[in-house]
Amino acid sequence: MEATAEQLRWMYEKMIEIRDYEETMSRVYLEAKLPPKIQKGLAFDIGAGPVPGEMHLAAGQEPVAVGVCAHLRRDDTVVGAHRPHHFAIAKDVDLNAMTAEMFGKATGLGRGKGGHMHLFDPAVKFSCSGIVGAGAPQACGAALAAKKLGTDAVAIAFFGEGAANQGAFHEALNLAALWRLPVVFVVEDNKYGISVEKSASTAIASNADRAVAYGMPGVLVERNDALAVFTAAGEAVARARRGDGPTLIEVKTDRYFGHFQGDPETYRPKGEAKELRQHDPIPALGAVLRARGLLDDAADAALRARVSGRVQAAYDFGRNSPYPEPQDALLHVFAE
Amino acid sequence: MSTNTTTRRLTMAQAISEATAQEMARDPRVFVMGEDVGKYGGIFSATTGLLDQFGPERVMDTPISETGFMGAALGAAAEGLRPISELMFVDFFGVCFDQIYNHIAKNHYMSGGACRYPLVITTGIGGGYNDAAQHSQCLYSIFAHVPGLKVVVPSNAYDAKGLMTTAIRDDNPVVFLYHKGIMGLSWMSYFEGSTNEVPEEQYTIPFGQARVVREGSDVTIVTLSQMVQKSVLAADRLAAEGISAEVLDLRTLVPLDRAAVLKSVQRTGRLLVADEDYLSFGLSGEIAALVAENLDTLRLKAPVRRLAVPDVPIPFSRPLEQFAIPQVDNIVASVRGLMTFKLD
Repeated sequence: MEATAEQLRWMYEKMIEIRDYEETMSRVYLEAKLPPKIQKGLAFDIGAGPVPGEMHLAAGQEPVAVGVCAHLRRDDTVVGAHRPHHFAIAKDVDLNAMTAEMFGKATGLGRGKGGHMHLFDPAVKFSCSGIVGAGAPQACGAALAAKKLGTDAVAIAFFGEGAANQGAFHEALNLAALWRLPVVFVVEDNKYGISVEKSASTAIASNADRAVAYGMPGVLVERNDALAVFTAAGEAVARARRGDGPTLIEVKTDRYFGHFQGDPETYRPKGEAKELRQHDPIPALGAVLRARGLLDDAADAALRARVSGRVQAAYDFGRNSPYPEPQDALLHVFAE
Repeated sequence: MSTNTTTRRLTMAQAISEATAQEMARDPRVFVMGEDVGKYGGIFSATTGLLDQFGPERVMDTPISETGFMGAALGAAAEGLRPISELMFVDFFGVCFDQIYNHIAKNHYMSGGACRYPLVITTGIGGGYNDAAQHSQCLYSIFAHVPGLKVVVPSNAYDAKGLMTTAIRDDNPVVFLYHKGIMGLSWMSYFEGSTNEVPEEQYTIPFGQARVVREGSDVTIVTLSQMVQKSVLAADRLAAEGISAEVLDLRTLVPLDRAAVLKSVQRTGRLLVADEDYLSFGLSGEIAALVAENLDTLRLKAPVRRLAVPDVPIPFSRPLEQFAIPQVDNIVASVRGLMTFKLD
């Protein structure tokens, strides 16, 4: 499957947007979390600053999000995991409301009740969960609904390689194959489940091989490359859309930051992240665009400025939005 | 209920499947899934007849894969369908509780109200038939403890039909727990009071409205589920001794009809909570706390008493199980005990 010029431009711009978003967050997140502004004796204060709590960033993993979402429509469902920003951005989640949510603001997607691991945007059918592996059965449910409603919408479950050792993953694969559901399971293998290397957690090298146990195609994408993901996902999404059932894809990708911000990363060889950045998938895709005559220096600069403006506007919106009223904690337990 | 309504005597199982069938006929978004809900009709007959009427697309047997299908219920509800997902025994919640308490219960809240998950989890509860510690629990207090789940625990067929209809129409997740020993099954002895007259037509019973099953003036027995039937039998025996016991059926734990409990205890001045769940940190403690927090509005003539499973797993052997689960005799004895106090 060949990407159209429009798809190439879209993927490139989205990757830049994701990277800009995550790099910005890596700085904003640290505001007021480091000495000397925090409790004496602490090296870091997770609950301080304008964006408190855990923060899992996806810089380096952009190809997975854009390579899959390039094939999706607004009425397709995406269920992400605890590291969700790249999927959300690629699924066109409202950037302002998403950012405000991370600042805990009343204008956030969840009015400040969810935070960065719990982003819900029903307008584009995006949700995610902080529980590893939990999204896979939920994507099956969305796919089941599409089937029952007679639409050709599909559902995508994104999760890390660590999730493939959860029971939920295996139950979901069996259900999806048994019921021939229009769902695609996408495993992001970023080599680490927090600190534990894949080889120390997973009995086989490629989770794609696990597909055979459920009678579905399993595809391994060995390069952290948007077009490679695009090709694999294109076939899987088309297969799901025409009613031929699920596919399992594993993508070998790179995590540039720690598991969470503040992670000392003592489990990683020194300089690994720096080395990974030598194989940045964004300039690689940029080179493809240039070779096709779709990009030059001026267009690149204009695009980056546009994206940067959009991202900055979202952070400004989040930062400047009001907090919810404290007693609003009592609202939204139940729908009226 | 109007007087010209046609009623029949139904078991609670029949009432639940009738409520489901009528709602499925009315609303094409409603479907049922779970283990053995199809041809078998539900191990406890809660889905009998549905497969024949609606076919396998709307009455789906699932693999023994509770995390898978509970998560799928959530995903389908998010898309606007209205799944009824059966957890065969409540005891099996342990293999899928993440989907229930971390997602089904919380996603509406975490989305700031943006997303809705209209689904019903039906599940069998209770002991009394020697099924031992992994197939005999009630556990409704655990579901009620987690914010975001409505919890329904009917005691009879009439209530079960109306509450089930309300549950399916609710835009929130509802856990509907039916006691196996009042379903009216042909293979398990049951309390006959649970089989009663049920209108053919659809009706709803609002959540959060306890029912005075039997009026009384000396003591309030706050109870639910099968224990309602035991409490009525106990009240009969107490009446013969000149003790007038009021039996209050909570019907739903979330929402909880606190006003009904207080109103009754204000009148009787004595409270017994008769519960089949574990004693500590659960329903009976919640009701006792409610009364304690409102002592400025009522005057107790005796300390609050709680009857519940005494913090042991449900044992297998008949004498052990009958001891662990409160029985009619225990209710009678507890009420007698309450009548001996004289608090000023």
